[in-house]
Amino acid sequence: MRFDLQIIASWIEPGAKVLDLGCGEGNLLYYLTETKGIRGTGIERREDKVAQCIASGLSVLQGDLNTEVADYPDHAFDYVILSQTLQQVYEPASLIGELLRIGRRVIVSFPNFAHWRNRLQLLWAGRAPVSEHLPYEWHDTPNIRVITVRDFKRFTRRMGIRVVKEVAINTHHHNEQGHIVHFLANLRATYGIFLLGSGGGGEGR
Amino acid sequence: MSEYLSELDPGAASVGVVEKKFYTCAAPPSCLVLESGARFGPVTIAYETYGTLAPGRDNVVLILHALTGDSHVAGRYRADDAKPGWWEIMVGPGKGIDTDRYFVICSNILGGCMGSSGPSSINPATGEPYGLDFPVVTIGDMVTAQKALLDHLGISRLLAVIGGSVGGMQVLEWCVRFPEMVAGAIPLATTPRHSALAIAFNEVARQSIMADPNWNQGNYYGAAKPNMGLAVARMIGHVTYLSDEAMRRKFGRQLQDRSSFSFNFDADFQVESYLRYQGTKFVERFDANSFLYLTKAADYFDLADRGEGSLAAAFAKARARFLVVSFTSDWLYPTARSRKMVQAMKKSGLDVSFCEIEAEWGHDAFLLPSPRLSELIRGFLDRLEREERRQAARGEGGHAL
Repeated sequence: MRFDLQIIASWIEPGAKVLDLGCGEGNLLYYLTETKGIRGTGIERREDKVAQCIASGLSVLQGDLNTEVADYPDHAFDYVILSQTLQQVYEPASLIGELLRIGRRVIVSFPNFAHWRNRLQLLWAGRAPVSEHLPYEWHDTPNIRVITVRDFKRFTRRMGIRVVKEVAINTHHHNEQGHIVHFLANLRATYGIFLLGSGGGGEGR
Repeated sequence: MSEYLSELDPGAASVGVVEKKFYTCAAPPSCLVLESGARFGPVTIAYETYGTLAPGRDNVVLILHALTGDSHVAGRYRADDAKPGWWEIMVGPGKGIDTDRYFVICSNILGGCMGSSGPSSINPATGEPYGLDFPVVTIGDMVTAQKALLDHLGISRLLAVIGGSVGGMQVLEWCVRFPEMVAGAIPLATTPRHSALAIAFNEVARQSIMADPNWNQGNYYGAAKPNMGLAVARMIGHVTYLSDEAMRRKFGRQLQDRSSFSFNFDADFQVESYLRYQGTKFVERFDANSFLYLTKAADYFDLADRGEGSLAAAFAKARARFLVVSFTSDWLYPTARSRKMVQAMKKSGLDVSFCEIEAEWGHDAFLLPSPRLSELIRGFLDRLEREERRQAARGEGGHAL
């Protein structure tokens, strides 16, 4: 499983109700169901991936995550996960607001565009960065947002979103392995992962 | 539904030779109280079962057939029957609904003409067929009759209820009427209520039957039958089961057995010839009055009635896990209808999966071979079985082994 998903999985307590947006083939949901007995639901756009998930015993809805989340009542989930999808969302602010409505906690992970390799490519080659983590050319990338760890923190402050936990990671070996970056995270991390909670106040359970 | 037997693989595994059985209940002085308020009895239900009932009675799959289907889901009545049951591709050893693992039950719906009580059945009070003296029945009444059959068979828990189209309506009805009995539900290519468009097509089909002089206010048994009216009704139905794309591919504007127009009203085009053939074939096996009753039941159905007008409130009564499936080219019960149901289920906190299968064959797609559909159903049933066993082991739910 991808290293960022391993971190996310470690944040979720057994038996929790979890919504995974853009769940793909359901790796994270399957892992959490098997190891932590969570009650999970996934949302995925592609029919083949949805079918693969359902066939393996997961509850998954085929649809667009932006519209699908609107149907859920307030606090329907303990955790809502948006992993490596935020950079493809048209209206990130309203989506995150909606996720904080339906989930007690929201976990967001995204590729850090401010990683030093990206900066060097732009600076020395003068080209839009292409890397293992951002494998697309400017004309075929689904990533319509350029996000950095620092930008996202600024965003949470401006929106009044409480950051319960944050981790910056550096991954290698097809993103399966990695380590947590403590020093100069915005320069050295390939991904940022944030645990968000709605409103201020003390730490939840 | 249509006939697609050319698609069958003759070498595939089958449940083999099966038998249609009958159960009669609600005989006077007892009776079935129908949704209309009418009291009706006796009620005969024709049904078939495949596979073996597990000692814990925890492997029951109830299949609910569509408008013109019957209890004959799979296998053959005689080894040399030309045709197997209508869902032979899905139900059998090792298939999507695996009869090596599950005990499958299907009964003919109330109001039908394939062995269960319907307008063509003999009214014991007169010794003549009921005709229009048969009471108007609803999807809810069909489910009441199915429940009576299950009580008779000593089954109190269903691993899954599965049905497409009008069968899917019965699935929904089961889930909100008897929530404690249903572990899982698979409504396929269905709708929580008929649109004006769907009602309109049904009404045109009914008018076609009633306009046939042989119909005679439903009193045609033992005389010439309203075959023309029923055939046209079937032709209309058939068009709604296909899709623009499917018809273009299958027929286009190709002519039937001729190279130029006849300049009269023969069946010039292949599509005309096909519809005429489907109509003629249908009248051999179906009763015109049953067609009136069953289409009316489908038109009356509105699941929101079970929630005082709210679909979400209706689903709030359900306890089942759901797998909802729609097909891209189905314009009779389009994906938007399924999404509406899914939306209401989400609002009610139900566990639901939804998949829209890319298929060009229109509403009928749910009856056609689809590895995708088989894979979805197999995986979903597998999960239900695991969860039921786990729950039983924990002694929850009051239906432990």
